Amino acid sequence: MTLTRYALLLTAVAVLGACSTSADRFGTGTTDAAAGIGTSGLGDPSDPTSLAYFQQTVGDRVLFVVDQSTLTPAGQSTVAQQAAFLTSNPEYTAIIEGHADERGTREYNLALGARRASAVQDFLVTQGVAPNRLQTVTYGKERPLEVCSDEACYSQNRRAVTVLAAGLGS
Amino acid sequence: MSIARYLTALYLMAVGLAFLPYPGHAQQGPLRIEITEGVIEPLPFAVSSFVSEAPGATTFADSISQVIGQNLSGTGLFREIPRGAFISQVTNFDSPVQYADWKAINAQALITGSVNVASDGRLIVKFRLFDVFSEAPLGEGLQFVGDTEDWRRMAHKVSDQVYSRITGEAGYFDSRIVFVSETGPKNAREKRLAVMDYDGANLQFLTDASAIVLAPRFSPQGDRVLYTSYETGFPQIYELNVASVQRRQLNVPAEAMTFAPRYAPNGQTVVFSLAQRGNTDIYTLDLSSGQSQRLTSAPSIETAPSFSPDGSQIVFESDRSGSQQLYVMPARGGEPRRISFGPGRYGTPVWSPRGDLVAFTKQNEGRFHIGVMRTDGSEERLLTASFLDEGPTWSPNGRVIMFTRETAGATGRPALFSVDISGRNLRRVPIDGAGSDPAWSPLLQ
Repeated sequence: MTLTRYALLLTAVAVLGACSTSADRFGTGTTDAAAGIGTSGLGDPSDPTSLAYFQQTVGDRVLFVVDQSTLTPAGQSTVAQQAAFLTSNPEYTAIIEGHADERGTREYNLALGARRASAVQDFLVTQGVAPNRLQTVTYGKERPLEVCSDEACYSQNRRAVTVLAAGLGS
Repeated sequence: MSIARYLTALYLMAVGLAFLPYPGHAQQGPLRIEITEGVIEPLPFAVSSFVSEAPGATTFADSISQVIGQNLSGTGLFREIPRGAFISQVTNFDSPVQYADWKAINAQALITGSVNVASDGRLIVKFRLFDVFSEAPLGEGLQFVGDTEDWRRMAHKVSDQVYSRITGEAGYFDSRIVFVSETGPKNAREKRLAVMDYDGANLQFLTDASAIVLAPRFSPQGDRVLYTSYETGFPQIYELNVASVQRRQLNVPAEAMTFAPRYAPNGQTVVFSLAQRGNTDIYTLDLSSGQSQRLTSAPSIETAPSFSPDGSQIVFESDRSGSQQLYVMPARGGEPRRISFGPGRYGTPVWSPRGDLVAFTKQNEGRFHIGVMRTDGSEERLLTASFLDEGPTWSPNGRVIMFTRETAGATGRPALFSVDISGRNLRRVPIDGAGSDPAWSPLLQ
C-alpha cells in the first residue's frame, strides 16, 4: 500500500469517527405519507358548491373491474355528475388518482392506475371540462383504502378518485 | 456508523500468503461441488475458531469464524459441523493440520484462520482452506487487511474464496442489497430506501419517510441507485449517490409520470417507463446528455424493462396480447418477440448476470410465483408459490434470487426471501421490520 492510500485511509477513518452510530441519519422524521384525500375544510355538505357536497352527493370515486380501466355504466354516470359539478364550479381544479388492488405486480399496477385515472380524465373532458383543470396521478397498489385480502376490499381499491382543489382554475 | 464506512472498504485488500508457505502443495483436489445440477446433500465443513493473535482481536476472531460458517451454511450447499464435535482445536495458524482428527468427524473441508491487529489498528485476517480427505490445502492462503468496522466484509471475502474454490463459481457474500423498508398500517405505509449487507447486517437508510419510494436498482458499479419517488406528488425517477445520499430527479419530460428505472450495463443509460395520457411506454435516457429516446409506441402497457448483461437487448412486460406477458426487443427498440407462453400472467422480468436466464413473477390461479426461464422462453421453472411473491433480483453470480413475499390480510406485511435457482433453500432474509423490492449489488471490489 502506498503512502498516499494510507493517508486517504486515515482521512476516511476520521470521517467515520465523526459520524453517529445510528443507522438513521434522518432522525425519526415526520411524514405526510397519507397521500390522497384530505378530510379537513370540506365545507357544508348541503352547499352544492362545497367539497363535502362533491364527495358525498356527487361522488368522488368510480370503481373498476379486475385489470380493467373502462368506466362501467355506473362509473360513467358518476363522472358525468362530476363534470356537471366542475362546470358549475369553475374555481376548482382536480387531480384524478388511479389505484389498483394488491393482486398485481407493483409497476404493472402503476401503469394500470395511470390508465384508470386517464379514463376518468378523458370522460370529464368529453363532458366539457377544460383539460387544463385536470391532472392525473397513479398510486398503483401503494394506497389501498381497504386492507383485507378479499374481493370485498379489492373492489373498493380498484378505483379512481377525483380530488378537488380550489383556486388554481381559470 | 455511516455509509462513509464503505468508502474505507476500498482499502480492504487481499494478498497471497506467499511469505507463509504451507507444507504440502496446493492442488485442485477432488473436493468439488458441481452446483449446476443442484446439490441434494450439503458438503460438511468445519471452521476452526480463528486464532486471535492480539489481545484486541479475540472478539473479531470469534465473530469472523461465525459469519463464515453462517455464509456457507446459508447457501444450502454446505453443512457446518458444530464446534462441539471437534476433536482437535487449531491454536496456531501455522501448525500442521491434524487431518485424521477432521476426517474422523467427516469434515470434507476445513477452514482455518487468524486475526491480528496491525500497528495502525487495522485488522489482519488470514485464512487457509484444506481438502481434508486429500490431506492438502485447496488454493493458497490469503490475507485481508481492513478497518475493524469492516470485519464482516473480511468474513464475507473469506467465504467468497471458499465458495469459489469449492464450487468453481464466483461467490456473492461480499455484496449489498438496496430495498424499501416499510412501516405503518397497510393503507398508510411509510416507505424508505435502505441498504444493507446481503445477509441483512449493517442496515442504513438512504431516504426519509416523507415520500413513497419504490423499486430501487443498483448501478453496475454499486455506487448509485435508481428509484421512483413521489417527492413531487407524482411518481418520478431519481438517482441517488449511495455514499453521499445526494439525490437528483432525472431529466425527463415535465408533467409526465415516470417509473421502473434500471441502468444499462454501461451505467450511463437508464431505461424506464413513462405514462402519458394513460399510456405507458418504455424510454431510455442518457445520463450525460439528458437526451431521452422512446423505444416502444403501443397503446398497451410496456414496463419493467431489464437489460441483457451485454447491453444488446431489453426484456420487458407488456399486455399488448391482452394480458401481462414477457417480450425481448433490441436495446435501441424494434420489433419485440414474445417469450412467455404458459398459463397465467408474467411480469417483472430480470435478466440474469450470466445472461442465460430471465427471472420473473408469474400470477396463475390466484397464486404468485417467482420463476426462471431461458431467454427464449423455454425451460420455464417455478421456484416459489405464495399469496404474493414478486420482484426477483439476482445474486451477482446468478445462483440465488431474492424477492418480496407479502402475507395476506389487514395485518399483511412484506418480507424479503431468497431461493436458490434450483428451487431449494428458501430462506427469509433477516431484517428489522418489513421490507420489499430488494435489488442485489454487484460483488464489491
